[in-house]
Amino acid sequence: MQGQTNYSGVNNDMPEENQLETNPQSSSKTKFIIGGLLIVAAIIYLIASSTSKSAQYFLTVEETLQKSAAGELDGRNLRISGAVIGDTIQYDSETLKLTFTIAHVPGDNKEIKAEGGLAAVLHNAVSDPDRPRLQVIYEGPLPDLLQNEAQAIITGYLQEDGVFYADELLLKCPTKYEEAVPGQAGG
Amino acid sequence: MAADIGFGSLFITLIVALYGVGAAIYGERNKDNMWVDSARNAMLLTFPLLTISVASLIYLLVTDQYQIAYVARVSSRSMPVYLKVAALWGSQAGSLVFWSWLLAAFASAVTLRKWDRERDLLPWVIVVSLGTLAFFLVMNIFFENPFAKLWQTAQRVVIAMTAPENALPLVPRDGQGLNPLLRHPGMVIHPPMQYLGFVAFIIPYAFAMASLITGRADDSWIRITRKWTLWAWLFLSLGLVLGMRWAYDVLGWGGYWGWDPVEISAFMPWLTGTAFLHSVMIQEKRVMFKQWNMVLIILTYDLVIFGTFLTRSGVLSSVHSFAQSAIGPLFFVFIALTLTASLGLVLYRWDDLKSKNSLKSFFSREALFLLNNLLFLGILVASFWGVIFPLISELATGQKVTVGPPFYERATAPLFGGLMLLMGVAPLAAWGYSSWKTLNRSLVKPFFASLTVIPVTFALGIWQPWYAVLAFWLIGFVITVTICEFWRGSMSRARRFDENFFAALWQLVKRHRRRYGGYIIHLSMILMALGILGIEVFQAETQGTIAQGESLQLGVYSMTYERLDNFDTDDGRNLARAMVSVSKNGKEVGKLYPRRDYFYDSQQFVTIPGVRSTLADDFYVILIDWKPISQAGATFKIYHNPLVKWMWIGAWVFTFGILVAAWPEKKPHSPRQTRIRS
Repeated sequence: MQGQTNYSGVNNDMPEENQLETNPQSSSKTKFIIGGLLIVAAIIYLIASSTSKSAQYFLTVEETLQKSAAGELDGRNLRISGAVIGDTIQYDSETLKLTFTIAHVPGDNKEIKAEGGLAAVLHNAVSDPDRPRLQVIYEGPLPDLLQNEAQAIITGYLQEDGVFYADELLLKCPTKYEEAVPGQAGG
Repeated sequence: MAADIGFGSLFITLIVALYGVGAAIYGERNKDNMWVDSARNAMLLTFPLLTISVASLIYLLVTDQYQIAYVARVSSRSMPVYLKVAALWGSQAGSLVFWSWLLAAFASAVTLRKWDRERDLLPWVIVVSLGTLAFFLVMNIFFENPFAKLWQTAQRVVIAMTAPENALPLVPRDGQGLNPLLRHPGMVIHPPMQYLGFVAFIIPYAFAMASLITGRADDSWIRITRKWTLWAWLFLSLGLVLGMRWAYDVLGWGGYWGWDPVEISAFMPWLTGTAFLHSVMIQEKRVMFKQWNMVLIILTYDLVIFGTFLTRSGVLSSVHSFAQSAIGPLFFVFIALTLTASLGLVLYRWDDLKSKNSLKSFFSREALFLLNNLLFLGILVASFWGVIFPLISELATGQKVTVGPPFYERATAPLFGGLMLLMGVAPLAAWGYSSWKTLNRSLVKPFFASLTVIPVTFALGIWQPWYAVLAFWLIGFVITVTICEFWRGSMSRARRFDENFFAALWQLVKRHRRRYGGYIIHLSMILMALGILGIEVFQAETQGTIAQGESLQLGVYSMTYERLDNFDTDDGRNLARAMVSVSKNGKEVGKLYPRRDYFYDSQQFVTIPGVRSTLADDFYVILIDWKPISQAGATFKIYHNPLVKWMWIGAWVFTFGILVAAWPEKKPHSPRQTRIRS
């Protein structure tokens, strides 16, 4: 970031080439390659260790219930997507405790397409009483987008009582808006 | 009618663009300037043609023509005119037209420059620009047509340009309206800024490719596009900051950045673009890292395409759940093709791009720049990894595993810290040879001066967490070094030319605009870091339901609920607006009006916080719920966000820094003038 205008004399502020060349080219190159590799290794370690620390399993409601029955979910941080059943939404504004139930929606895009798109899938999920369901408890402000047939993506832990305690709640109503509006994350 | 004109104009532009690509290649191959000039005229023509398309779409939006499916989806009668215009970029189809229009504008501007010395680059700049434009037009014409109309057949509603058999026009009485969350002035300027930044980066890429194809291994492409890149970077940065500001002001969750895939996809080209801005300086100064700079601009280009696509389609969040866009696969094919072709070209020219110079010392300026690049790329890789990790884990194990904000924070914070340290150290390092000893000599004074920050933070009661104290010190260190640089430069000038200090400072900055503009930008980044540190580490919150006259406490603040008004507005909203008074240490400092707007047309609430913002902290109140009958009790959530205002101040300083660095020069400097400080 030296002065921007001295193009003509690119090298004028440093010693002539080769004058101070004490190390052979190859050994100095090795030095830099090793230094670079160390930094790259540190970055990779940082990413890898952060991944394993904050990995969340992304599951459907059905998978959650199956895996929970098989005892595979002990204390794991989960992220679950499902359709909000409007009648089950209860909010206590004194304690900010929000309770609602989500119904299973398929996780596979092909299945969603086959069922006629996401809006249809959400609608079917809510109206079909035989779909696997999961009760969710969340503490915090009542999200603006929480309504019947909204898609909820919840993050948190499944407790032994079979209730999911969410510490993050993302909502989307695909019937009306397809824009990617950043979700309203709680907490 | 307007729809047909707009669509027709899109179609003609596509033909013109394809012709331009063909004419440029033909002219170049046959060394026939007439064909190249014709291609150049084609490139100039795309701008007026696309202006017709954009104007038609705006006309359709403003005049409430709801037979147009796009208009019906993003606009409604109750929206004010400025929002109807802004609905142009309210969804994917319109955004793509807007994008193409900006690209045509930039491409035309480039075409008008003087080409005498770089005439051999011209045909290829045209090919790359118009090729990219043609791709976006194909998307618009065949997959995401904003001019398609609604038709009612016996069985269903069809969206098409022309009437299907036995179909009648379907004209809804009103549109669905723009998503209420987007009905905000911040949302009106944030997307265009973001797009300006995205599109402007196409131009340096086009020059880089032209330079590779023609085999010009010099850095003329960098010199030509240097100012472009700075403006592109300004727009991209402002786009990001405006998005954060919108999230802070409208989304009502007390934050500004959630590491959402859409945010990350807008952030990734910024990372490579910033790395690029730094590393081109080494190419100019030391004729090094030529291959690397090519790779960076190629990455930036493809991340821009990726970001354009992702910010509007939501494909990544959709992998598990959200609606999928028809154009996804095509975008990925386009990205794969351009990436392979561009990187292939770099490999083909690899030997031409080799530098004679090599790194000499770990503490030379260029080595530190390289380290800066590594850190930026590290943040990029971490961000990209976080976004694609669900896909990879699903492919590898059949089990989808995602990572949330804690991953990004943990993985990138040390890298951001490293970048801050470099902002303090690198300006003091010399080009070429710089040993630890020489660097140390210039570092000692600012280092010890900045240590005074630590007792100050302790005195303010901040002992924990240790990394916050370290970050405060880093901030102090960079500010000290940067101010020292201004001071030293001005003082030496003042002595030398017998000027007073301020005249010397003015002349110093004026004659080394890029260098000192860069330092101002460093300062702005540090101010933003201060704001981010404040809200990320020291944010406090509480919530509760209180009756009128009662108070909530948070630290030295207390908030008293005074009353609530509930009324309808002209533009189709129902407002519940609370009035609260805020006291600090028992003394009233102001009133705030947090509110909840209910939009009748979309049956959706939007929570608008009440914010009292000072340099020291923000007091941020959200109205969560209220009792409609008695209006006696209401639930509030309050946040204390220390220092966050410095983020927005930093954004202004940043803009100023770019203006200093990129403002057009009046006349070229004579070589004598540039020798003042080197």
